[in-house]
Amino acid sequence: MKILTCPMNGPRNIDEFQSFGPVRAEQDPDRTADADWSRHLFRAENRKGIVVEWWRHVPSNYFFLAERDLVTNQVIRTFDASERRAQS
Amino acid sequence: MPLRLLKYGFSRDYPVSGDIPATPDLKPSCDVVIVGGGGHGLACAHHLSKYHGISSVAVIEKGYLAGGNTARNTTTIRSNYITPEGIAFYKEAVELFEGLSQELDFNVMFSQRGQLTLAHTEATLRSFHSRAEMGKHLGTRTEVVDQKTVEELVPSVNMDYGGALEILGGLWHADGGTARHDAVAWGYAAQASRRGVEIHQRTEVEGFEVVGDRVQAVKTNRGRIACGQVLIATGGMNYDVALMAGVELPIRCYPLQAMVTQPLKPWLHTLVSSVSLHTYLVQSSRGEVVIGGGSDPYQLYSTRSTLDMKEHLAEGAVHLFPFLQGVRLLRQWAGITDMTPDYSPIMGASPLENLWLDCGWGTWGFKATPVAGKRLAETIAKGRAPDILKPFALERFETFRLLNEMGATAASH
Repeated sequence: MKILTCPMNGPRNIDEFQSFGPVRAEQDPDRTADADWSRHLFRAENRKGIVVEWWRHVPSNYFFLAERDLVTNQVIRTFDASERRAQS
Repeated sequence: MPLRLLKYGFSRDYPVSGDIPATPDLKPSCDVVIVGGGGHGLACAHHLSKYHGISSVAVIEKGYLAGGNTARNTTTIRSNYITPEGIAFYKEAVELFEGLSQELDFNVMFSQRGQLTLAHTEATLRSFHSRAEMGKHLGTRTEVVDQKTVEELVPSVNMDYGGALEILGGLWHADGGTARHDAVAWGYAAQASRRGVEIHQRTEVEGFEVVGDRVQAVKTNRGRIACGQVLIATGGMNYDVALMAGVELPIRCYPLQAMVTQPLKPWLHTLVSSVSLHTYLVQSSRGEVVIGGGSDPYQLYSTRSTLDMKEHLAEGAVHLFPFLQGVRLLRQWAGITDMTPDYSPIMGASPLENLWLDCGWGTWGFKATPVAGKRLAETIAKGRAPDILKPFALERFETFRLLNEMGATAASH
């Protein structure tokens, strides 16, 4: 079983987690044109390389972020969402 | 045949003729370049050369012929989908499979033995009624059956789990079946190459020369080919290849895992699947039980297998057929599925004028091989998509006209 390190709960089996896919830039639905809204809804990052994704530790309902390589499946790091907000 | 056997049986001079010629030198230009030497690309090459008089076609394959998802699927053929557009399309696929061995003069071992999807909840049964009515309306053989009929169709299935996940009924699809996946690709390849189509194995596309809104040439590791039209039919690599031409597809890649058991005497005469257990089984003509299809729960470009997914599939299989518990697994594998947001494929035009798409085949690609090939050849020859393909256009995402086929399969996605 693959182990994922939760920033709050520490290393746990990956079946305790749920993937919510790559992080998308937030859009204001009132100010976004239809074509851009379609992009926002339907096109997610899928390039071969490293993605930043939302994950949830299901038992504790804790959402966090992970950097993962889509080719090797190596998790580079996991971190709390506040870290990303501090960067942006 | 007996005369040839007598003539050549003890001779060293038997004229060997392979079905598929060796990879020729790359020509500097050709009318149509098909990227991807799997079932879909080869089917399109066959239809272009046989029905549209276009035989200046190069099929470019990074690995070996039909070694990607054509080799990795679980060979299911069926048309019991949800949307009228989807059912009409897959119905044509089933009809083409019915005549495919004759069409290709190659035995594709099409076995139309019916598919039974099991319902363990009232909600599933209700959705089956809707699928059955839509299927009947469009002329496919799809009906809801009760517990007694399920037991008659598959006497060995475990109907009762002590109150949990009891089988309440099923969706019986008499049109469903299987075919030998490799033979489908080989048959198309043999026919196409006989009509002048060049098949370039071990030839990797490295980029596209795009000028304005046209692809002028395809760049490969063996050289450049100037092209009139290009089709992308690369299965799990569709997102990646389209991106080389500057086209970003609404696709996310997930591995889909499957496995086969050791050979058993024939006992399972239909395809059986369970939406609740995310498991489907079919006994191959060799007696092996093919068990699929577990989608990994997160995006990945790796064809590794995982123990937890195999355990999940085995659990579902043993749930339905408890006597399989001592049976050994013989092989396991995974393929990269290019999943679209609405679980329907993307076929037809791209933002570039002469670049055509045969993408977004996710977990439903093999069954569509003949119809996708036929209809995309028509699209390329005429320069526009026929009516049957129009609902599957890439632009449906921009106009929010999605074709929702989620739940039309037992694969766990």
